[in-house]
Amino acid sequence: MARKIRVLIAKPGLDGHDRGARVIARALRDAGMEVIYTGLHQTPEQIVEAAIQEDVDVVGLSILSGAHMTLIPRVTQLLRENGADDILVIGGGTIPEDDIKALKEGGWVKELFTPGTPLEAIVEWIQANVKV
Amino acid sequence: MNNLVEKMLQGDRRSTARIITLIENDAPEKREILKQIYPYTGRAHVVGITGSPGAGKSSLVDELTREIRGEGLKVGIIAVDPTSPFSGGALLGDRIRMQEHATDRGVFIRSMGTRGNLGGLAEATRDAIRVLDAFGCEVILVETVGVGQSELDIMHHADTTLVVLTPQAGDHIQTIKAGIMEIADIFVINKADLDGTGKMVTDIEAMLDMSTPASGWRPPVLTTIALDHRGIPELWATIKEHRAWRKDNRVETTKEKVRRELAEIIQHQLTHLINRDLDRHYQNLIERVAARQLDPYSAAMEVIKKSWKGGLMQ
Repeated sequence: MARKIRVLIAKPGLDGHDRGARVIARALRDAGMEVIYTGLHQTPEQIVEAAIQEDVDVVGLSILSGAHMTLIPRVTQLLRENGADDILVIGGGTIPEDDIKALKEGGWVKELFTPGTPLEAIVEWIQANVKV
Repeated sequence: MNNLVEKMLQGDRRSTARIITLIENDAPEKREILKQIYPYTGRAHVVGITGSPGAGKSSLVDELTREIRGEGLKVGIIAVDPTSPFSGGALLGDRIRMQEHATDRGVFIRSMGTRGNLGGLAEATRDAIRVLDAFGCEVILVETVGVGQSELDIMHHADTTLVVLTPQAGDHIQTIKAGIMEIADIFVINKADLDGTGKMVTDIEAMLDMSTPASGWRPPVLTTIALDHRGIPELWATIKEHRAWRKDNRVETTKEKVRRELAEIIQHQLTHLINRDLDRHYQNLIERVAARQLDPYSAAMEVIKKSWKGGLMQ
């Protein structure tokens, strides 16, 4: 058996819009990755625990609620506290330019994908950034 | 001792997860790790849960976990989902129904893709069970879709096997894949608030009347409504009953189990070696058979004589 890229796709917080997350999950699966999808309304604690138990390479957070400035840093912080900050955190959703800059410069997230991003761009980013 | 193993035995979840990944990837460290954890295994009760897609297996596992946690026992869950034969990828969604336990330190959940490897799935699952056993899980629930042979093979590693059915059309026992009905230690009719539950129970009981189980254990037929936790305490009680019965009746001796496992490992290794040798040394022979200059049986004997010094012949 060969090494497979494992990705956790999670919906943190209270927003119930999971179409995007599902589309991404499917695109990653079709690109040969193992995708763990945990469903709606997850707390950062649940997401981090799942990421650790599933030993994923990447955590993808889908946020359309506007709470990204709170939720993304919280997930990253919990990963650090658990000694799991080698797991790449990426995100997607309706996130304003200024916030993207702040989250990336603050080291809270590796990459953010906004609406309109081609699926291939996300697949390629993961393939390029996960050490296989 | 391997650093990861040492940390796992101290209860580190990250190391436990890492070890399962190494096993899934068939990494070079795998054998040494399994060797080191072996003395710490053999304590957990392994419950296999199988059945058709949509029968409610994940919800059942979720509710069963809640019941078992009520007794303070540590639970390990291995949820196996199919890998796409086309892309090699997998969408593993069983956790959706189990998130209630995500932050419970007494529960460890791991999703696995089938990865389409010959016999490798059952082997990887068995080894993952060992890891969770050594990690200290007292009950290990292994959930698979009962569709393929390799998924059925996994159930050989379970102490108690649940076959989950629903009363809905299409699930009628006549249509259920042969092989599944025979492996059940307990039948669970889930979604028992739906029409047809009584008939389903009668059908299974009638089927059981016709086949006398050689072991002496007649699989009980239970009804559950997993989402309402209905029937779950009874199910857990029945699992414990089966465990006690197994112990009293020495259903499968440890020796028989070990013998089967050794045969599996040896077969797996030999298959690997045979393929390697054929690729490396016997291209010429393959061409001769392809050109009809030699028959495949004689060619095979030639390989056995040369590569194995005839040792596999008798």
